[in-house]
Amino acid sequence: MDDLLSEFLTETSENLAVLDVELVKLERNPNDMELLGNIFRLVHTVKGTCGFLGLPRLESVAHAGENILGKLRDGELVASADAISAVLECLDRIRSIMTDLEGSGSEPEGDDSELIERLNQIAEGNAPAAVAQADKAPADKAPAARKPSKSKPKAATVAAKSGTAPSLYEQIGGMGTIDAVVEVMFSRIMGDLRLKQYFEGVNMDRLQGRMREYLAMVCGGPNTFGKLDLKCPHASAVGKGLDDSHFDAFAGHMQGALNALEVPAHLAAMIMAIVYASRDEIMGRAESGSSPTNAAAHAAAQESAEESAEESTEGSAEAPAANEPAPAAAKAAAAPAAAAARSEPSEAKDSAVANQSIRVNVELLENLMTMVSELVLTRNQVLQILRKQKDSEFAGPLQRLNHVTSELQEGVMKTRMQPIGNAWSKLPRLVRDLSHELKKKIELVMVGQDTELDRQVLEMIKDPLTHMVRNSADHGLEGPEDRRRAGKTETGKITLNAYHEGGHIIIEISDDGRGLAVDKIKAKILQNGLASESELEQMSEQQIQQYVFKAGFSTAAKVTSVSGRGVGMDVVKTNIEKIGGTVEMRSTFGKGTTFVIKIPLTLAIVSALIVECAGERFAIPQISVVELVRATTNGELKVERIKDTPVLRLRNRLLPLVSLRNLLRLDSEKVKSEDDTFIVVAQVGTYSFGIMVDRVFDTEEIVVKPVAPILRDIEMFSGNTILGDGSVIMILDPNGIAAHSGQTGVGENATAEAMAAKSRSRNDEKVPLLLFRAGEGAPKAVPLALVARLEEIERKTIETSNGRWVVQYRGQLMPLVHMDPGQEMAAAGARQPVLVFQDDEHSMGLMVDQIVDIVEARLNVELGADQPGRIGSAVVAGQATEIIDTGYFLRQAYADWFGSHDFDHTGGASKRLLLVDDSAFFRNLLAPQLSAAGFEVTAVDGPDRALMLCEQGEEFDIIVSDIEMPGMSGFEFCEMVKRSGRWQNVPIVALSSYASPNNLEKGRSVGFDDYVAKYDRDGLVHTLNSTLSEMRGAA
Amino acid sequence: MSSTATSMTEGATPIGSEDHRDYVTMSIGSQMFGIPVLNVQDVLGPQQITRVPLAPPEVAGSLNLRGRIVTAIDVRLRLGMPKKDDGKPAMSVVVEYQGELYSLLVDSVGEVLSLNMKDYQRNPPTLNARLREFSDGIYRLNGALLVVLSVGSLLNFGGQKDVA
Repeated sequence: MDDLLSEFLTETSENLAVLDVELVKLERNPNDMELLGNIFRLVHTVKGTCGFLGLPRLESVAHAGENILGKLRDGELVASADAISAVLECLDRIRSIMTDLEGSGSEPEGDDSELIERLNQIAEGNAPAAVAQADKAPADKAPAARKPSKSKPKAATVAAKSGTAPSLYEQIGGMGTIDAVVEVMFSRIMGDLRLKQYFEGVNMDRLQGRMREYLAMVCGGPNTFGKLDLKCPHASAVGKGLDDSHFDAFAGHMQGALNALEVPAHLAAMIMAIVYASRDEIMGRAESGSSPTNAAAHAAAQESAEESAEESTEGSAEAPAANEPAPAAAKAAAAPAAAAARSEPSEAKDSAVANQSIRVNVELLENLMTMVSELVLTRNQVLQILRKQKDSEFAGPLQRLNHVTSELQEGVMKTRMQPIGNAWSKLPRLVRDLSHELKKKIELVMVGQDTELDRQVLEMIKDPLTHMVRNSADHGLEGPEDRRRAGKTETGKITLNAYHEGGHIIIEISDDGRGLAVDKIKAKILQNGLASESELEQMSEQQIQQYVFKAGFSTAAKVTSVSGRGVGMDVVKTNIEKIGGTVEMRSTFGKGTTFVIKIPLTLAIVSALIVECAGERFAIPQISVVELVRATTNGELKVERIKDTPVLRLRNRLLPLVSLRNLLRLDSEKVKSEDDTFIVVAQVGTYSFGIMVDRVFDTEEIVVKPVAPILRDIEMFSGNTILGDGSVIMILDPNGIAAHSGQTGVGENATAEAMAAKSRSRNDEKVPLLLFRAGEGAPKAVPLALVARLEEIERKTIETSNGRWVVQYRGQLMPLVHMDPGQEMAAAGARQPVLVFQDDEHSMGLMVDQIVDIVEARLNVELGADQPGRIGSAVVAGQATEIIDTGYFLRQAYADWFGSHDFDHTGGASKRLLLVDDSAFFRNLLAPQLSAAGFEVTAVDGPDRALMLCEQGEEFDIIVSDIEMPGMSGFEFCEMVKRSGRWQNVPIVALSSYASPNNLEKGRSVGFDDYVAKYDRDGLVHTLNSTLSEMRGAA
Repeated sequence: MSSTATSMTEGATPIGSEDHRDYVTMSIGSQMFGIPVLNVQDVLGPQQITRVPLAPPEVAGSLNLRGRIVTAIDVRLRLGMPKKDDGKPAMSVVVEYQGELYSLLVDSVGEVLSLNMKDYQRNPPTLNARLREFSDGIYRLNGALLVVLSVGSLLNFGGQKDVA
């Protein structure tokens, strides 16, 4: 693709982006003539360039759009929504053609006649009288031609510029000549005593610069025409006493410079004429036709006007100059700058700024950034060396190098910075289209457009932002009817707010719509099986709302063309996290929803915390570090262990800990106790966890470099970098660590609590628990219902028999067991606390160190156990606690007895029992007890599984089923079993903590043979036995 | 090494006169190895190498070569030879492969030899399978055999397609 075309594509797409915004503005303020003029100009430019480059399709489409705009501007049409929609459609077509153009380098085939026809209909339909004129308008006719008064001055130069013949600017040799002229001119001025005196105290460099721009403009050079406010410098000059003689001297030097550089005489004359003419304008004089200079200007200007007339397209019946009386054209041409400055002062100012910017290839900037990154690294290295050497003579220069580098880094970063408004520019259009499509009234408020961020980041958040705004418009805001009913204004508001905060940029997207209906989300969660009802009950609203970030989750009642397909928020979240950002959501039902996106300013250089573990150093990106905590063995904060899983109690939260040493399988000779450690509290999404490290160093600015391909599949690292001392260091990826630390739900943004709730146990009823201490580690707990008695036994009554401890208890020998095998009996104290568990006529005692308390607590077994005698760990009374497995100890005490017992049963009529309970905790609790009571237990986690066994032909003597289970409840299960099938006659006992009369009644009605409360172990066994004997009796 | 070395890819014609090829020689234990000289970017003395946890065992770590991060590969382990245990630091031969720099850790680096093609032959079929995988062929030298290492297969971890 040639340069010209690519330049055109960039420029046009920029223009189109501006147009989108401006058109939406116009729709709101149809009478804003300045706006309309601007829009017209932009479309015209697009059209003109298309014609120039020979792109007929684009040109004809743009032309049709321009027609409408022309009518609007001339007041022949009203800026109705239809008209604006049509123009927008026209822009869309242009855009799509351009996309193809960009890909293939030539215009794609296609037929736009339908669209053009429609556009023309709109242009004509409302103002038939204008048709002829519109048709007459030739492709490259300057807009000025139709602008009777104000635009006249432009005519000559614009025509000269947009025509194919060389302009005055080109004829004299472009900027090079102008530069030279100004240079010569100023050296002469400085040699002129009178003028030198006059310019005393004036910044000559600046003046020279202005002069250059002025001349370029006078000659109709590119981009400068009419965009310089010349009045000011001259006006102030006049104020300082510039008189004709000064001006003449000044002009004389200019003339001299032009001659000296051998600018052709007729061109020089034209330039001078314009300069003189503008002098009159500047000095506020009425035109005095008699002045000889003016006559010259007159002539020259006329000449230029005629020239431009010739240059404009042949066949144009309305060549600008021809259309106007010659003197008027000359007059106009004679005062171009002043007129332009007068008519559009604000635009002139904007463009003056624009003129000071240049287009730079992004790749170049990227390279520059890379080089600066390297420089920063090298600087860091040098500084590190310097730190080791005192009184080095390098100290001074290096300090300076340091500053310069920092400034350079900042400067280069700035070149990559773009206002976030660039990413937002499409949104007004989007919202406007949405509001039409959804028939909602939506107002888009954008705050902080100027907030700048790295263009790389900007590119990456563009799509998520668009998506979120679309979501807000579609899901968030209600229709006008609903809003009125809710007592809000009819127009919904979406607010975008961007601002900087501590090295990050915060973007808030909020709407004042209906907010997230927690009920709806709950229903959806259940429907999708993401969590069970009881789990949901434990979650806060906030937690439930976070589910919108899950894949495939949409609460929109119906799928619209806009959104509701359930793809989106999860992608948004992933994209934002990809660039190290976070997204949070707050929503109040009925009030609205706010998303807060937090992203780093730049990706290239990040601030990182340097830590050490097992002698190796690692960097952790600062953005995910929440705080640093030191844990010591006897300090306030200490690492506790639930079995081998370390946790930290931090402000009443159980913070999961990850040992970096174990995670990275680092082995070092000196094994440091991990109880005395530093903990980096990291946050990924809403999930916090602690990383245990040996040492914490400084934070350092690091340049993230990708790791070598062979190391890329190690999830723990997001990259590597070179530190100030020149060593290579790996950058840890908190996301990867979180995912790897077994908290697999993390990536899906469950909070720690939510995850706890989701884990095995779903029991939300409170049960009385006996808390005690025994052996090493965390406190232990056992459901009180399982404990027959608490005893304190005189230590001296404890005897040993057959290598075991026994005690005479109620006329029997009761075996005593320790929590952990091999544990010695505590010497202290004369009395030994014992928990007595009873099983039929057998009892056993569990020796404990101390009975702590009896508490009511929810039993949420969060971590499974792999140590014998424990079911798992839970938080009880704010402390990590191990829940013990009584069945295990019963078996320990009566190993032989159980064994023979089992034998009896398998040999004889062992009662086969099916235990249906979704809670692993209860299965673990009950199964051993029931087998201890002589049942052959098969435990399954739900009715589905049970029914599957039924189909497979398994036979059972009795079924014990929980009532509250996700999916199918115990009632339904019972009904199904009793209705038909092979298990029709198998007795079913319900097991529930809700032993209310209502429930009992319902249970009986669906066919439960009996109903037992949970934790009533004796009751259960008794009921089972009696139910079975009843059955047998009946049979 | 000049920048031309970077543009050379594995398998490109080595320089040297028509029947001679130039090789950087190196040794591991008593075995001599060679790498075409244009594949070699740098030869470095002992370097500070940062271990990379969880990396494959052949990856000795990363090192900093004038601001670029270079992955160090322990050629001994890659060739299935025992880990070096004489305590002497390893030498690095830096090569580029698919746009990335790798440092091949060997026991020592010798001189650059210009070898006659007539002394070259394909791998004998009985050669150790591991060695055969990473070798292009063998030169018969006076009193020694030089195994030509294939940088491509040496650095082709995980069997990704060798583009070179």
